Amino acid sequence: MPNLINTQSILDESWQDCQELEKIACDGDIIVAIDQVEYLDFEGHNGRVAVTVPNDEDIVELYPSINKADVIRLQFPAFADGRAYSQARLLRDRLGFEGDIRATGDVLRDQLFQMHRCGFSSFELREDQNAELALTDFSRFDVLYQPAADESLPLFKRR
Amino acid sequence: MYVYDQYDQKIVDQRVQEFQDQVERRINGNLPEEEFRPLRLMNGLYNQLHAYMLRVAIPYGLLNTKQVRMLAHIARKYDKGFAHFTTRQNVQYNWPELEQVPNILADLASVQMHAIQTSGNCIRNTTSDEYAGVAPDELEDPRPYCEIIRQWSTFHPEFTYLPRKFKIAVTGAEKDRAAIQVHDIGLRLRKNSEGETGFEVYVGGGLGRTPVVGDVVREFLPKKDLLTYLEAILRVYNLLGRRDNKYKARIKIMLKALGRDKLAAMIENEWEHIKSSSLELTEEEIARVQDFFAPPSYETLDDLSELGDDNNQDFQRWVKQNVKPHKISGYAAVVVTLKSPDVAPGDITDSQLEKVADLADEFSFGMVRATHKQNLILADVKQKDLYTLWQALNDINCATANAGCITDMICCPGLTYCSLANAHSIPIAEEINQRFDDLDYVHDLGELRLNISGCMNACGHHHVAAIGILGVDKKGKEFYQVTIGGSSGDEASIGKILGPSFAREEIADAIENLVKTYVELRQDDEPFLETVRRIGTNPFKERLYA
Ligand code: SF4
Repeated sequence: MPNLINTQSILDESWQDCQELEKIACDGDIIVAIDQVEYLDFEGHNGRVAVTVPNDEDIVELYPSINKADVIRLQFPAFADGRAYSQARLLRDRLGFEGDIRATGDVLRDQLFQMHRCGFSSFELREDQNAELALTDFSRFDVLYQPAADESLPLFKRR
Repeated sequence: MYVYDQYDQKIVDQRVQEFQDQVERRINGNLPEEEFRPLRLMNGLYNQLHAYMLRVAIPYGLLNTKQVRMLAHIARKYDKGFAHFTTRQNVQYNWPELEQVPNILADLASVQMHAIQTSGNCIRNTTSDEYAGVAPDELEDPRPYCEIIRQWSTFHPEFTYLPRKFKIAVTGAEKDRAAIQVHDIGLRLRKNSEGETGFEVYVGGGLGRTPVVGDVVREFLPKKDLLTYLEAILRVYNLLGRRDNKYKARIKIMLKALGRDKLAAMIENEWEHIKSSSLELTEEEIARVQDFFAPPSYETLDDLSELGDDNNQDFQRWVKQNVKPHKISGYAAVVVTLKSPDVAPGDITDSQLEKVADLADEFSFGMVRATHKQNLILADVKQKDLYTLWQALNDINCATANAGCITDMICCPGLTYCSLANAHSIPIAEEINQRFDDLDYVHDLGELRLNISGCMNACGHHHVAAIGILGVDKKGKEFYQVTIGGSSGDEASIGKILGPSFAREEIADAIENLVKTYVELRQDDEPFLETVRRIGTNPFKERLYA
């Protein structure tokens, strides 16, 4: 079971990973890759659909094909590779995606605060990360200078 | 200067708590070094050859005397009594203990200072003109914009894990003293044809392995668009900057690969989407921050035709070299040189720091500036106080009359401290000092920037010096490559390599030789750089490798 949380609690979810499969399961909660979405009937699918988007993908261009997904899984191949932060902000601020944006890969406690700020709403923590403690990491800072997904105004308009 | 309100204070206080927790987890073994590394780097903490090194931010180089005294306290309590000023207007401590670093950060927070983003692949301390606010050639004080950028870039959630470090510099003067063309982003305040003030935007400059002079991506950016435009540049870079090779990861490589027009178009395209977002600056916010930089209460004074004791040669030399013009009559800016021949460039002791703080309180409205040339400045000194100030500075060995001269070297820590170094740089500076110990000769040489880096990372900015020295490793031995003709000023240029590198025993001779050649070939009082620009590098090569 993945080490999964949102900002409030530990989540108990089970997903069927169809990314490597030739045939996508017809029901249940499934994870698919972007090149599979054209074969998928999002509306007809009986269950939730999560799409994994590589972090070098142009999210704006891709979006029309994945906008019906329940979960968009963005990737951190290494925690220091920060491209998905921008992808998440584009999904929330520009494209208006309202579903779940999930951080996957090398997801560590010390990055959760800014991930959440950029619009991530659930977090597949790396196995060794303590999920209980991770729930405390969303409140590290009370003051936010910049507008982002969690705050529409910069501090200079709230001072 | 900018004064924190409860919001700014809370951010630095919570940062101290966060880092305290991270250090505890590291010491308990709950946080492996590999993951601690980027976290400590974002607090300016490096693991160096002999110990940790802590880099403290001095936003755009500006300090009040309470802060200077705190820097002295930290040098005494947690270091071996020294602080070291860097080429990015910051200060470094070379001997802190890991366990103590959270305490140092807490001490800093108590005087509205921090070490946030002084390292790591994030937006670094924004630097500026060391004469901001007092320079006669200034259109507008750039520091309010530096502060606005500081706040926007502090813990920017999207730009904490960029492909590589990211440096921004802002100038408001005609003459560029902030080296804006060798920064990832350089901003120059200017007027457009309608008489409005805004920014000219340079992108893609940088030193390091592949030195590049930046290019203009926007000739005029209205002030209100400052942050949205920066956000657009950073987003394009974060998404598309190379991450496969750290030597090709700076935005300058994107500039070279895509070309100016394409990169500029991508930035504009992104900006179109966000230019009217809530991040657009308001006049109120600009005015609020500008208020903090209002000029101090100057007296009405006349410029003096004679300063101090005419017969005192040492004083007159110092005035000529270290005293700079001020936009208010009767005042002057004074360079407090940290370049006396017997100390490492940029080093200062705790007691010197305290004395400088006292002098700033007495003579310069309680403010001190750090420069990217690794000196300090007292920016608002009455001309009639210069003689007294000079005597006091002389007493603490901070009045070497060499500002802008060959011995006012910029020098990185090199192999003395730095784990990345190929070669020593501080001892080379020492040797050059010994060769050029005759001040009259040094003054006769005029303006001559000599910079030394201990490796390709170019922290000593050797590429943009009239004479640059770069430490290289040849089969385990220290060698030095010499470049000439570089400049970070208005017509920024990258120095050209003269030829094969010199062994450690030869380098000081080579520099002497180079300087002699210049003296023979110069016309009138043209500075070294101009001679190179006029006649090229060949005459120097011929002499050096004869
Ligand atoms: S230039 Fe090289 S040796 Fe010098 S401080 Fe930078 S990394 Fe270290």
